[in-house]
Amino acid sequence: MIIAKIKPLEEVQAMIKDFKRILNVGCAGCTAICLAGGQKEVETLNTKLALSFKEDVPPPLIEGFTVERQCEVQFLTALDTMVEDYDALLSMACGAGVQFLAERFPDMKVFPAVNTTFVGVNRDIGWYEERCQCCGECVLGITGGICPVTMCAKVLFNGPCGGSQDGHCEVDKNIPCAWVNIYKRLTAQGRLEQILNVFPARDWKNQTQGTFVLEEYQGRYSHKDKEESQK
Amino acid sequence: MKSGSNLEKILTKGIFAVTGELGPPRGADLDAIREKGKHLVGMVDSVNITDNQTAVVRMASWAASLIAIQERLEPNYQMVCRDRNRIAMQSDILGAYTLGIRNMLCLSGDHQIFGDHPYSKKVFDIDSMQLISMVKKMRDDGSFLNGQEITKPPRMFIGAAANPFGDPHEFRVFRLAKKIAAGADFIQTQCIYNMNRFREWMKQANDMGLTEKVYILAGVTPMKSLGMARYMQKNVPGMDVPEEVIKRIEGVDKKKQASEGIKMCCEQIEEFKEMKGIAGVHLMAIEWEHRVPEIVEQAKLLPRPNPKDLE
Repeated sequence: MIIAKIKPLEEVQAMIKDFKRILNVGCAGCTAICLAGGQKEVETLNTKLALSFKEDVPPPLIEGFTVERQCEVQFLTALDTMVEDYDALLSMACGAGVQFLAERFPDMKVFPAVNTTFVGVNRDIGWYEERCQCCGECVLGITGGICPVTMCAKVLFNGPCGGSQDGHCEVDKNIPCAWVNIYKRLTAQGRLEQILNVFPARDWKNQTQGTFVLEEYQGRYSHKDKEESQK
Repeated sequence: MKSGSNLEKILTKGIFAVTGELGPPRGADLDAIREKGKHLVGMVDSVNITDNQTAVVRMASWAASLIAIQERLEPNYQMVCRDRNRIAMQSDILGAYTLGIRNMLCLSGDHQIFGDHPYSKKVFDIDSMQLISMVKKMRDDGSFLNGQEITKPPRMFIGAAANPFGDPHEFRVFRLAKKIAAGADFIQTQCIYNMNRFREWMKQANDMGLTEKVYILAGVTPMKSLGMARYMQKNVPGMDVPEEVIKRIEGVDKKKQASEGIKMCCEQIEEFKEMKGIAGVHLMAIEWEHRVPEIVEQAKLLPRPNPKDLE
């Protein structure tokens, strides 16, 4: 899932300080699960913001509403009749959700309340680790289920580099060397030959904005619809 | 003097400057650079050495710039943000300056998707605006981007590009202002064909007082043929070729299209000489270096000042 982290309170304050009626929109998707932007976090942030603006006369109205997922139109429609009561929106969704919200309500000033950090896993409560950089051409089948794009600091496809020592990365002793782990796992599984040949320079397919329509849905969207959505 | 380059001296003295362009070869071909360069000696004050233009692999712009120096040309070393991070950029700038390069043109660079390695990984660690600031910081503050002192700072004359024809039109002049604020000493514009739009942009630049802060060199590319004019109109991003330009080239016999293109270019240059805020022209005769002498002659830009007389 997408992992996000709440922005420092001062940063959020600075963004909304000139507004009097603010709706903080939470997201019950990824950012709720990583304890950054769900209903509970919306309430907590609103309380902190209200407290910080308590000297203002009159104090701003800061309310909250959490939608199922901000990255889907069908859930954003719940806000259609609400937003006109506010002069700014805060969003606690990931960057995709914030943008989709802003696109839905182009006249509204929309501000992000979280920093979207990575695609990762929930190691334990409140403990998150990055696992994927969405490179668009997965090599995990070759590398024993360990991603060299994300886990190797140098993004090597033919590691480990000379800096690998005692199983950790030269960048930080607390980071395991991805290629040592790849080597160990493939050896244990009897598949070491997969990394004995030179892995050639690859195509980076994620260098322009990613967008696609599933083949079976191609007929559903006319050319005009696609152009419209890209505007 | 910021850099003491020939181009800087000419612009500072208020002489109408002429810069040219030379694209490095797609091979380790010294003679190709010499052959192109020999047509430009004495014809231009400085020559832009392009940096893997259109994202196609070519000889390094710093290397071709050094060859240009050997050939008695003053290079305007182009650097794009697509292929290097800030470490490589600063390192290349130190090397380039040490070996005699004094002008730099700071660009974002065409996206690699247009080039010959479309799925290479882009860098864009910093953008063209930030590159301009970085080169200025290296020169004026004597420090790297991180603030650390440079023992002997490189002193470049800093160039930037401007496209008066991109969208949104009304924002273009503000972007120019940002480049000047970032530290650009001179501007070379995108090839100009839509003179009305260009006059409008220059008026905005004059009204905002920008032309008092920066030297603007108007970009021109003579049309070689009707085919080229049509190609530029349809396929080159950010290019604005009005229908009247196409009609004019179309209106003459095929054999005379090149000379009509040159004539049109010279007429533009005549207007630029009189236009408020224009400090010179940037003549991009793409793969047409051998025609540069006749173009500058016909445009009455000769003789070019001798660098020795500018001391």
